[in-house]
This record gives sequence, C-alpha cells and structure tokens, in this order.
Amino acid sequence: MNLSLSFPLALLWFAAPDPAGAAKRLILLHPVDMAIIVIYFAMVLGIGFYLKRYTKSGEGFFLAGREMTAWVAGLSFISANLGALELMGWAAASYQYGILAAHWYWIGAIPAILFLGLVMMPFYYISKTHSVPGYLKLRYGESARGLAALMFSFMTVLMAGIDMYAMALVMKVVLGWNMHFSIWVSAVTVAIYVALGGLFSAIFNEVLQFFLIWFGALLIPILGLIETGGWSGLLARIHQNFPQGDYTHLWRSLGSFADNPMGIHWTGIVFGLGWVISVGYWTTDFLVVQRVIASKDIRAAKLAPIIGSYFKMAVPFIVILPGLLALAVLPFKLVPANAVGPGQHGFNEVLPLMLARYCGPGLLGLGITALIAGFMSGMAGNVSAFATVWTYDLYRPFIRKGASDSHYVKMGRTCTILGMLVSIGTAYLAMQFISIMDYVQALFSIFIAPLFGTVLLGMLWKRVTPAAGFWGLLAGSASSVTMFLLVKFNHSMLAYIALSSQAKDMAENMYRALWSWLICVIVTVVVTAFTKPKPVEQLTGLVYGCTELPSEGHLPLWKRPVFWAGVSLVLFLVLQWIFW
Amino acid sequence: MSEEHRIIPVWFFVGVILLIYGILILATGIYEFHNPPSTVLANLHPALWWGVLLIILGGLFVYIHMPKKS
Repeated sequence: MNLSLSFPLALLWFAAPDPAGAAKRLILLHPVDMAIIVIYFAMVLGIGFYLKRYTKSGEGFFLAGREMTAWVAGLSFISANLGALELMGWAAASYQYGILAAHWYWIGAIPAILFLGLVMMPFYYISKTHSVPGYLKLRYGESARGLAALMFSFMTVLMAGIDMYAMALVMKVVLGWNMHFSIWVSAVTVAIYVALGGLFSAIFNEVLQFFLIWFGALLIPILGLIETGGWSGLLARIHQNFPQGDYTHLWRSLGSFADNPMGIHWTGIVFGLGWVISVGYWTTDFLVVQRVIASKDIRAAKLAPIIGSYFKMAVPFIVILPGLLALAVLPFKLVPANAVGPGQHGFNEVLPLMLARYCGPGLLGLGITALIAGFMSGMAGNVSAFATVWTYDLYRPFIRKGASDSHYVKMGRTCTILGMLVSIGTAYLAMQFISIMDYVQALFSIFIAPLFGTVLLGMLWKRVTPAAGFWGLLAGSASSVTMFLLVKFNHSMLAYIALSSQAKDMAENMYRALWSWLICVIVTVVVTAFTKPKPVEQLTGLVYGCTELPSEGHLPLWKRPVFWAGVSLVLFLVLQWIFW
Repeated sequence: MSEEHRIIPVWFFVGVILLIYGILILATGIYEFHNPPSTVLANLHPALWWGVLLIILGGLFVYIHMPKKS
C-alpha cells in the first residue's frame, strides 16, 4: 500500500466518530455477495497450498525463483501499491479537492516508475541482490545494511498491523462487521498463504487482486459517465452543484498555497512529491522493488515497472473519477469525517456510497471483494518483504551465519507467522491508542527520502565511500524524525519547515522529505571527501561507470524498454496538458 | 515461469475466479430481469452484461492457460 504517499488521507478513517456498529452500515450484502467473498478466500488459500511445493529453496520462497515474466512482475508491482485504503482515501480526496488528487498517480508516480525501470533496476538486477538493504551491503557494507534492514523490518510489521486495523474499521463502517472477526480472519488467511508459498504466493495473489480491483471498481465510472451524459455533462453538473470551486484543473491553482484547498504550492508538488517522495518510494521501498527483483531476466526487470506505469496512469479512472462523479450526482453533500452528524456521510465514504448507488447484488460482492483483496495484499506485501529482510539482512549476517538453505527457508516461514502475530498486536494497539497510527505511518515516510539519497548516490557516483553511505543515511533519517517532532510539539515550526504556516499535512510531508534528502546527500558528500573509497574493481555491477550494462541495440524498437518508457512519458505529458 | 517447473500459470487462476464470478453475476442479472434492484441505472441490467464480460474473459484465460497433461 502506498501509505508513504497517502497517509494523511488514511487518517480520515480514523478521525471518524464511532459508527455505532451495524446501525450505520452503508451496504447490506446478499447471499450471492457472501458467496463471492468466500470464494475469494478459498482461492487465495488454495493458491498458497498449491505453491508450497515450489518454495522449498531460499530462492523460491524469498524471490519466487526469479522466474516472473515482465507482465506478472509488472502487475504485481502495481498491485502491491494499490491498497484498498488508498483507493478509498484518494476517492475521498478527489471529492474534497477535485482532480488535484490525480497528482499522486501521475507526477507522483510515472516519472519515478520510469526512472526505476531505466536507471536503477539494472543495478538491483545485475548485482543479484535479494533486497534493497542487500544492495546497501554490497555497495557500502554491513553497517548501512544493518541500519536500513532494522528500520525497514520494524516498519513493515507495524504497517501490516495498521493495514489490518484499517481493514477491520472499514469493514465495520461499510458492512457492520465485527472488528475482531475481520482482524483474525484476514490475518490468519494472509499468514497461511504467505508462510506456505512465500513471495510466489504473494505475487500470484497480487495479480489476482489486480483483476478483482479493476473489475470490481470499473462499473462505477462507466455507469457514472452514462448517468451524467459523458465528461462534458459531468463538468456541467459539478459547476452547477459547486459554482465556487475549481475541481477539474491540475496545475492552474498551484501558484500559491492559499489558492487551492490542499494548501500546496507547485514547487512542493514538483520537487517534494514528484522527486523526493515519489522517486524515493518507487525506487527504494523494498515492498514494491521486491516484485521486480523476482523477474526472470534483466529485460523483464526493466520492462516490469514500465508496464506498470501504464496501469498506474489509468488508476485515476477508477479512483479519482468516482470522487468527481459523486460531486455531480449525489443528492446530498458529504462532510469532513470529524463533522459527520446524524444522517450525514463523510468524504471517506464516497467510494462505498458510489458502489451502493450503481451495484446491485453480485456486483456489490465483487466490489467488496476488491476492497478486501486490496487490504489483504497490502498485509501480504508487508509480511513477505519483512520475511526476506529479516532472514537475509538481519538473521543471516548478525544472528546465525552459515546455516543451510533449508534452515533459512524455515526461518522465513516462521518469521512470517511471528510477523503476523506482531502485526495483530499492532492492530489491537492502534485500536486502543489511535495516535500511534500517526507516528507509525509518519515514520515510514520519514525513512524513505534519506534511503533514496543513499541508494541513488551509491549507484551513480563511484567515489562515495562506505562510511559516507552509513552516516548520510543516519543523518537524513535523524533529521527527518527531528523535523517531525519539532512540528508535532511546536506548530510554529511549520512555517520554517514547510515554508508556510498555512501548509497542510501533505505539504509538510513533502518539504520534510525534501530537506531530509538534501541533508542525507550533503552529509554523504562531505564524509566522502574525508574518507577512503572502495576500489573500483569492488564496484562492478553496483555503480554506473564500473558496470557494463547489456546492450539492447540488437532488439527491434518495439521490444526495447526505453521505447515503451518514452511512450509512457509522452502519455503522461499529454494528460498534464489535457487537464492543465 | 511455467515451463521450467510446470507451475500452473497465474493467468489460469485469474481465469477460474473470473469465470466463477461471471456465472454467479450473470445468474443474478437474469434473476433481476423480474426483480430489479433499487440501484441507479438498474434498467441497463449491468449485472447481466458484466457477468457476460467476466465469463468471456475468464473463459479465454482458462482456455489459453489450461495446464497440459504430460
């Protein structure tokens, strides 16, 4: 789940008042809907049991045998990021802020994904690393790997718990389900299929989820556009219902913090979101990168993110458009979650409301299954990434070196179960102390920006030294935490960190990421100047200028990753122009 | 992915679940001809058409990626 980009929206759910159980449920399921949900659970468990026989080696369990085609890896890569909370959060944001929310899918994703495919993926793949901390070990040594692995495994387990709690809360609000039931059923199912089939199982289920999300959500924009009489009818109805707001332009209102409801300036969007947060997330968050590392060859590894970029570009059709359609067709106005009164609905309920508007029995079950699949794949993604990083980057180098491959696979299965138990504990902790979510999710985004600085410099500059990699990462992470705490305990600091006292949470995140990335880069450069670099021969396969990348000159144009990346970039620019 | 270890391709599983869902949703759509749900645009019978679409796509995926007996 793309929480590092969307966590303030996720908090909308948790700010909502107690829905008083079944009395406030938005949707009533029929037997056919329940059958559809039960079939989904049976299918994911069946896939886990089936794949267990292929995951007896470490390569099979932790890296899915490195046999994924570009299409499977690409869909899994996008699916691991397409969480249910994100779908509902961004649909809510598009109701609240209009098409501005699409920035998180376009400039906040497409350039970064293409950068991963063309520039960074060759090094992850050629170095044969099993993880992002594993790359840091090869490039900088054990200390940088240990620091990154410790922070990453800690955060992923907590994030899986947050996913679990979020799913339970959403199911309670939307369907009136008991929260303990949702937590335990989802946790046990995910633990079983990941412990059995490892990354193989997680990837197979993510591809399945990809199709369920699209077929579960696609009817809303199709029927919505029929109801409004197409795009022009949609615009006319929005302008009629909300004459004061500008809901349909991407860039026009970003000249000043005060001109748009998000409180964001275009520099924050371009440099904070489009560069540091987005590129940092898409290129160094092991949860998504792991899917591409499992590709069968380097061409597939480069193509997988590029294929994913096309689908990512299309996601606003099923997420942003329903929010805009709600502005046009709902006979009542939605309100902020903390202002919901009797008989009212919050922004965050927009997607379930639109689902209930157009989908009868059967289709409703498909839509709800899509949401459940989104939550469960988020948990599975976190847990499978945790199992790999814990086993290969912490347990093997620091706790038990030199054990057999089968021992590490057993450890992978065991820590999947243990990780899930810790996640369940986190879910219950979040139930008692909601503010913990704020800290956990902020910490996740805090870690990504400096890690990106460390990995990027390591890949592009052969002079960077092992000591500089470690100290740069530590300084960037520490500065990010410090800025977060400064604003938390002294709100006037916001004017210095986010350049405006009017900046909202999202703007604060972007500028904090930008500064922590810069601090990481500056510290890395300064320490590099005073310490000894690694010999060039030890950097082969890890750094530009020291690595011979396979030529694609013999391939026809339409088979080259760079060609499809170029097409994707042109489509992205055309979208910016259309919705300027 | 499928040749070396003879793993059933993920596309087959996708096809199976789309096919099952298609059949269930189509059956619901047929039932709704006489008992329409109280949703907007129910007169367009979305369950019927969506069920047919899922069956066609699911069927194609299953047919193309059906595991072969060795």
